[in-house]
Amino acid sequence: MPLDKATVARIAALARIKVPEAELAALAGELSKILTWVEQLDAVDVAGVEPMAAVTHARPPLREDKVTDGGIRDKILANAPETTDGFFVVPKVVE
Amino acid sequence: MSNLIKGHTGEWEVVIGLEVHAQVISKAKLFSGAATDFGAEPNTQVSTVDAAFPGMLPVLNRFCVEQAVKTGLGLDAQVNLHSVFDRKNYFYPDLPAGYQISQFSRPIVGKGKIVLDMPDGSAREIGITRLHLEQDAGKSLHDQHPSKTYVDLNRAGVALMEIVSEPDLRSAEEAGAYLRKLRAILRYLGTCDANMEEGNLRCDCNVSVRKPGGKLGTRCEIKNVNSIRFVMQAIEYEARRQIELIEEGGTVVQETRLFDSGKGVTRSMRSKEESHDYRYFPDPDLLPVTLDPAWLAKLKAELPELPDVKKARFMCDYGLSGSQASALVAEKETADAFEELQSKVSKAVSIPATATANTVINVVSFIAGERGVSPAQFISTNDVPGALILQQKNVISGRMLKEVLEGIADSKKSAEAFVAEKSLKQVTDTGAIETAIDAMLAKEPDKVADYRAGKEKLLAYFVGQVMKATQGKANPALVNELLKKKLAG
Amino acid sequence: MNLTGLTIGQARDQLRRKAITARELAEAYIKAMETARPLKAYLIETPDRAFAAAKQSDARLQKGGGLPLDGVPIAVKDLFCTEGVETAAASKILAGFVPPYESTVTANLWRNGALMLGKVNLDEFAMGSATITSARGPTENPWRRRGDNRPLVPGGSSGGSAAAVAARAALAATGTDTGGSIRQPASFCGIVGLKPTYGRCSRWGIVAFASSLDQAGPMTRDVRDAAIMLQAMAGHDPKDATSAPLPVPNFEAAVGQSIKGLRIGIPKEYRLDGMPTEIEALWQRGIEWVKAAGATTVDISLKMTKYALATYYIIAPAEASSNLARYDGVRFGLRVPGETLEALYENTRGQGFGAEVRRRVLIGTYVLSAGYYDAYYLKAQKVRALIARDFDDAFKSCDAMLTPTAPSAAFAIGEKMDDPIAMYLNDVFTVPVNLAGLPGISLPAGLSADGLPLGLQVIGKAFDEETVLRVAAVLEDSAKFDAVPAFVAGAA
Repeated sequence: MPLDKATVARIAALARIKVPEAELAALAGELSKILTWVEQLDAVDVAGVEPMAAVTHARPPLREDKVTDGGIRDKILANAPETTDGFFVVPKVVE
Repeated sequence: MSNLIKGHTGEWEVVIGLEVHAQVISKAKLFSGAATDFGAEPNTQVSTVDAAFPGMLPVLNRFCVEQAVKTGLGLDAQVNLHSVFDRKNYFYPDLPAGYQISQFSRPIVGKGKIVLDMPDGSAREIGITRLHLEQDAGKSLHDQHPSKTYVDLNRAGVALMEIVSEPDLRSAEEAGAYLRKLRAILRYLGTCDANMEEGNLRCDCNVSVRKPGGKLGTRCEIKNVNSIRFVMQAIEYEARRQIELIEEGGTVVQETRLFDSGKGVTRSMRSKEESHDYRYFPDPDLLPVTLDPAWLAKLKAELPELPDVKKARFMCDYGLSGSQASALVAEKETADAFEELQSKVSKAVSIPATATANTVINVVSFIAGERGVSPAQFISTNDVPGALILQQKNVISGRMLKEVLEGIADSKKSAEAFVAEKSLKQVTDTGAIETAIDAMLAKEPDKVADYRAGKEKLLAYFVGQVMKATQGKANPALVNELLKKKLAG
Repeated sequence: MNLTGLTIGQARDQLRRKAITARELAEAYIKAMETARPLKAYLIETPDRAFAAAKQSDARLQKGGGLPLDGVPIAVKDLFCTEGVETAAASKILAGFVPPYESTVTANLWRNGALMLGKVNLDEFAMGSATITSARGPTENPWRRRGDNRPLVPGGSSGGSAAAVAARAALAATGTDTGGSIRQPASFCGIVGLKPTYGRCSRWGIVAFASSLDQAGPMTRDVRDAAIMLQAMAGHDPKDATSAPLPVPNFEAAVGQSIKGLRIGIPKEYRLDGMPTEIEALWQRGIEWVKAAGATTVDISLKMTKYALATYYIIAPAEASSNLARYDGVRFGLRVPGETLEALYENTRGQGFGAEVRRRVLIGTYVLSAGYYDAYYLKAQKVRALIARDFDDAFKSCDAMLTPTAPSAAFAIGEKMDDPIAMYLNDVFTVPVNLAGLPGISLPAGLSADGLPLGLQVIGKAFDEETVLRVAAVLEDSAKFDAVPAFVAGAA
């Protein structure tokens, strides 16, 4: 399935990745090639097959309802590019 | 009573569906061990899992599953033994992973129902489409700085139950009744505090209008309305907005709106909303949830008695009316307090349950409300049984009851002690009452004459005067009887 | 004594005999790490940590005790979060990230007495099979083609790990394998690389690429070392819901056991058209070796093999596109400013991700998007179920399988660059194993015509790493692979 530049631009926006206009055509070409290649799967008959739900063959227990974490604000904020008064900071979002 | 709204071109039907996000009562979050308490300092209840640090993984909290299943059972719903967590992918600063773990195609609970108690005594069944578990997002604060948004992830990862109703509601009143009933069920089960003011119950309203019998209109979603009153106002406003729009020749655009409670209007959200492509897929970090049927059966057997069943039992076993029973079961604590009260008092004196019910509903609720406590709290901290027993034994009159209840609340004394101290005992001594009557009648010769001439309404006045003279302590029935005798000559 | 020439098994012996100290071993490797700098395998060197751990090891060894990995100097793929040490997954977008936590697998290693030499290079976010997509530049394979000076790729994505071990600049290394990223570089660098069963090792603290495929594993000099390493790395982790709640068997005990009576499956679909004859020949030699050791070989069919790569290149990018959404400039790593929040996201991710990562995130986003989910992602998950079923069926008639590891020897840095798909084909023999969640090992079994190592792969049943190690050890014994790379940092 060949992708056109507009579709690539739309996907890039969905993925929040800025792609310079000059690169769109080449990128569209690469992605089209890959998608065409994976479309080999069209030939496979999967009638009645359930998608693979879980890879692991064993079942671990669930977690107990206990507070075992948190209270580590310094660690949580330590790598952040910008913080104020214990908050993460980003450009203002208009709602 | 018709729910239809009158427009210029005829009558309109409003179609409403509600999506409620209920915060699950649990100590820790849905997929991490951080705490869920309300009001903590920013980012102090955040684990590296909640903050979506590299290499972090979710692990499901078994108790949150139990809470969701209990809620499903309380909604008379189908519990799915096999369900799956899906990732809902979108970007927002309070969604650190860039996806929310939710349930899309295989939710933990399927179809159910809620029965509404309408004011006219009728019952309306509203369908539940599904209930699923999902993570709550953090909080974005847009008003702390002119050009920046502050992000607090304390709430990120708290367990939510999303409860979706069928579009069966037909009026703002029904929507209010639905929310009140849902709240009661959640509180009975202990699965959610259901306090909209605290934000642990949030409601999105889907509203559309159509001519009766016509096909469904385009709906608008009003997001995050945070009180029952506002839900009702928002629905009213939105229904009329849509009707006016259509009648003026316009078309309703499917969109997300916000309710401005200050102005009482809904308005369109300004964000450029191309419809979200959430790219749902099963979360590969989590295994499918498989419930053990034996465990489910045990859970079902251990469910507390729910409002509808309790109401029916109150009506059957206690002989209460529908509205009395409804009033008592609205809060589980009130219903329990009523039963305990009735049981305690009946051990000392025979008392019809309807009388106890009325006392709780009309007198106790009022007094408790004035003091800022719940009826159940009032009953548990004051000698209410004592007061009722005194009343049933005719030691105090019915009219005295309210004064006695207020008095024991203020003085923290037992009913007996308070009544003795204030000498509130009902006067039943015929001699004493006759003395009071004679004294009063002597002062009112003209009125006595009028009465004897035919103005029978004056009896009530005379009774009132005698009650005044005896500081309300005289037994009103006796006063009545003796007065009549005396006046008859 | 040639300290860097010892295997873990041998070093363990010498340490307990007190013929050498942990300090001496650490010194030798730290020196080797420096010498190996031209390979650009190490991104960060942590000699202080290594010495501090060596000191503790020596204290224990002196008292006559000793933990299983005391004194063992290890290189850690920079995909494992190491507390207090920068972990960037070879990406600009995570540059400067210092984790406040240690991955479970590396914590297990340190708790067993091992010491960290440093963090080694990889393909960015583990996406690649040559370690050329690293934002820090490529790592060189210590092997060279006979009579050819061109630097070669070490394979990927665990290329830094493989190069370090091959060059004797680390005694062992951790790797991760999503589509072959341990086994293929092991093959290209002439060392042993083991990918355990999915769920055998915890994924907690490993920067996630494709959640249903990623597995950590050891990269070592020989099969015994791989068993010793896996023993320490493996185990149930309650912080990873996909981690298997199974006890860890004694893997080392499997090494040296006879394979008499075992049935070794030879999947016919792995015989590709145009497969290089020397690889076919090596495979044939492997078959003879297991027969000579008393095993029987069985022809088996894994019908869906030819669809495995396409299946992988739908599922892996899809999961990656979601796993990498957290790299947004808000809480860690690179932030490229923007006027609006959206601009911040787009600038940061646009500049922070390399070309291959960008390709895969976009493919992943596309195959999950509305209208395409059924045709691509859902379909691929169904084909995946068929691939897993193929293995299940085949394992009814055999106990392990033998295949080549890679369709070629190492190629030059700069080759296979024009076409992403040409690069993807490197994983044709390894990818099916990840899709089925099974264990697989690569061991060096021979040399190509121009003197480059070629690997053989043994595949086992789920959680049967013991049989995999057992067969691999026999092959190792038979192959007697003793060639050394052109570049050796320590003494060979």
